[in-house]
Amino acid sequence: MANYGTIFVLFLIAAMIALILWTLASVLGPKAPNPRKERPFECGNPPLGPVVRRVSVKFYIVALLFIVFDIETVFLYPWAVIFSELGWLGFWTMVTFVAILGLGLVYVWKKGALDWA
Amino acid sequence: MAVAETPPAAPVTPAAQATPIAPVTQVAASTGPLVPSGPPRDGPIPPIRAARTPRTDCKPTKAFVPEPHLDLSTYEADADLMTLSLGPQHPSTHGVFRVVLYLDGEQIVKAVPYPGYLHRGVEKLCEKLMASNITPIIDKNDYVAPMTNEQAVNMAFESLMGVEVPVRARYLRTVLAETQRVASHLLWLGTFGMDLGGALGGGTSLFMWCFRERELILDLFENLTGCRFHYNTHTVGGNRHDVPAGWPEMLHRTLGAIDERLDQYLGMLEHPIFSARTKGVGVIDADLALELGLTGPLLRASGVDHDLRRDAPYHAYAEVDLKVFVEDAGDCWARSKVRIEEMRESIRISRILVDNLPPGPICSTKPLKMVGQHKLPPGQVYVGIETPRGELGTWLIGGGANKGSSPYRLKIRSPSLHACAVIPYVLPGCSLSDAIAILGSLDPVMGEVDR
Amino acid sequence: MNEALELLANPWIHGFVFGAVIVTALMSVTAYITWFERKFAARLHSRMGPTMVGPKGLLQPIADGLKMIQKEDIVPRDADRLLFNAAPAITLFFALAVAAVIPFSPGLLASNLDIGVLYALAVSGLMGFPVWVGAWASNNKYALFGGMRAVAQAISYEIPMVLSALVPVVLAGSLSIGQIVEYQIEHGWFAFWPPGPGIFAFVLFMLTALAEGNRIPFDIPEAESELVAGPTTEYTGIKFGLFASAEYIHSLLASALGAALFLGGWDGPFGIPVFWMLLKTCMLFVGVTWIRWTLLRFRSDQLMALCWVYLVPGALGLLLITGLYVHVRG
Repeated sequence: MANYGTIFVLFLIAAMIALILWTLASVLGPKAPNPRKERPFECGNPPLGPVVRRVSVKFYIVALLFIVFDIETVFLYPWAVIFSELGWLGFWTMVTFVAILGLGLVYVWKKGALDWA
Repeated sequence: MAVAETPPAAPVTPAAQATPIAPVTQVAASTGPLVPSGPPRDGPIPPIRAARTPRTDCKPTKAFVPEPHLDLSTYEADADLMTLSLGPQHPSTHGVFRVVLYLDGEQIVKAVPYPGYLHRGVEKLCEKLMASNITPIIDKNDYVAPMTNEQAVNMAFESLMGVEVPVRARYLRTVLAETQRVASHLLWLGTFGMDLGGALGGGTSLFMWCFRERELILDLFENLTGCRFHYNTHTVGGNRHDVPAGWPEMLHRTLGAIDERLDQYLGMLEHPIFSARTKGVGVIDADLALELGLTGPLLRASGVDHDLRRDAPYHAYAEVDLKVFVEDAGDCWARSKVRIEEMRESIRISRILVDNLPPGPICSTKPLKMVGQHKLPPGQVYVGIETPRGELGTWLIGGGANKGSSPYRLKIRSPSLHACAVIPYVLPGCSLSDAIAILGSLDPVMGEVDR
Repeated sequence: MNEALELLANPWIHGFVFGAVIVTALMSVTAYITWFERKFAARLHSRMGPTMVGPKGLLQPIADGLKMIQKEDIVPRDADRLLFNAAPAITLFFALAVAAVIPFSPGLLASNLDIGVLYALAVSGLMGFPVWVGAWASNNKYALFGGMRAVAQAISYEIPMVLSALVPVVLAGSLSIGQIVEYQIEHGWFAFWPPGPGIFAFVLFMLTALAEGNRIPFDIPEAESELVAGPTTEYTGIKFGLFASAEYIHSLLASALGAALFLGGWDGPFGIPVFWMLLKTCMLFVGVTWIRWTLLRFRSDQLMALCWVYLVPGALGLLLITGLYVHVRG
């Protein structure tokens, strides 16, 4: 666990750097608020209509794909470490696993989920 | 697509016909001055708002009425429609120009252009200025190619007054116009690179290289006229500045250097990322191009073989065999290709003509002593010339103020305005990134659009 | 002296000393990387670059930093203030946290984790999310678009990146970056040995590192010509600076990771090990910079297609080929 202790200390230092810079800026920077300055930037115009904060469904599809494939890679990592000990059985197991996922990717691709236009 | 459907942002000017108009034409001889339309404004002038009070009540001043092309109320969107104002303070609108985009996710379903941020009332101003005052004002219209602007307005004056231009001046004007075309297209290529590749990336490299070469041409012009940008070198009846010693050699050196580098730019057209970003993007078919009065490289990239320099020669274009480049695709790639090929052709013509500059006077009128020297007779004339952006028309009615030294009316038919008219037709269906590429490939100059 | 070494053995003190050294070094190197990049780009453009502040413009990064600190901090009216303020700091935090497991030489690393590769990729993959948070909190349409693109790109390119980093793991049979480097010192660099999968995995890794670091040709989240400044449109002063430096640190550390995983880390023919590690990192970073200032940018749909249609299947195939190689070798 000792290694994680050092990482935790590094986290603290990184957070501290960000905080120090931020505090310095808020102390040293001028403050001249102005209603126009606080308006969201839309190329110099008053904003037209609300910012639609709902996200297009395409992004959700990408997120779903990401989760599927990321979990796959998580499974691959322990396999990769003890790979040489597993022998041919381990190799063919993983070939099957990857092939099934590859099929899934082909299916998603043919379904048009990867068309981003 | 009927003419009536043309969006309000781009009214069709009288000259916006697709068929070539003979460049120097007496359209009709009018009998006496026309009556100005509209009564003079009187009554109290509204007070000017104090400049230092910031307005906080800013709201959209206009309800955005859907264009005839698309009724937004019946449009079935995948996501919530978002209205985005692209411009006037946007890095890629090439000046102060505004396009209101209606976006479905990242896809544009509708685009409404709003020009007018750079309106300076040049045409109205010209009604008070005398012929020799007008040239430096007109310079600022198309601020990317001032030479051709000067030429257009001076050719209109010459045509109305019946002034003959000496052969040497005609040759020199051709050289200047073609060199200016190279400079203008170089600037276009640089900014197009910025549109495609960002201000902090490869696009800037392209921009800097193009500017490096454009600077050479500006040096050339400075050597001739003393000015780097707004030259005021053309006058009624010819040019002001004759070719200085060693200038033709300088031109050969400059254009030769640029010609060598053009190979690299032509090679860049085949680069996978460049062609992926431009091929099939923003297709303007020939019918639409003719309908909207597109001219110049935009029209030629859409497969219409039309070039005023060849079809209705002015200056000394009749003396050279001009090659006109036509592409059929009508997309951003075709427009790039046409422009880059044109640069090479312009370089070739300039180098031929500067070697064959005939001797003789450079101007047929007396050197200017006072501004009211040129009297404009009543009558009207339309002159169209081929600038780097297309047909720049000048419609001039003589016999105005200042005892007839000013035009009664000067109307400029600018190619960029017609290029902007394409926006509502081409942008819908593209993504935001494509919209930037298309805007860049149209190469509008806002000074000319808004005048 | 011995007492000092004993003190260093204490994980907390070790972490503090090395953490402080590495973070400080990274921040200053990042500052000077901006100077280098500006000079480099200027040379590509036939310009001079920064010349006015200090000799050869060497004090320019300091001037930039001071300027950013002195700028007014503007928060848009309708922004989510908490998220808006926190996002840049979190981004920098994640960027710096990757440094913990990068071995610069046998002794010089903050923490010798036995799952170093996994940790580095996981933490650097998190960087896309605070960018999205900041963009969403800005209540700005351009920022929102940029944020959506940023997160979509980050998660998509995460997969080929992780898969290509698996190739050295399979070859070395370890997840510890230090052990991977030692394996390479013994058996040859993975980029060149075994010939074939190694070099492809290396190229794939650097490509995805470009994409994760939002560098041209994959800089669609911050596409200046389209989205003004992307997720950072509403950010001013040091908050923008935090985002920008996080991006630079990310690119730098990705180069360092590439050097460690594929180019033998601190392995060199002579001299001190840390020199070789830094040299390789810098060379990779120069490559990244060179690509940035040479190419144009992709469109967002092309970017996603490139990832899912070419890179992900390619990375999977590469992994299987590597597995086959290891088995045949025995």
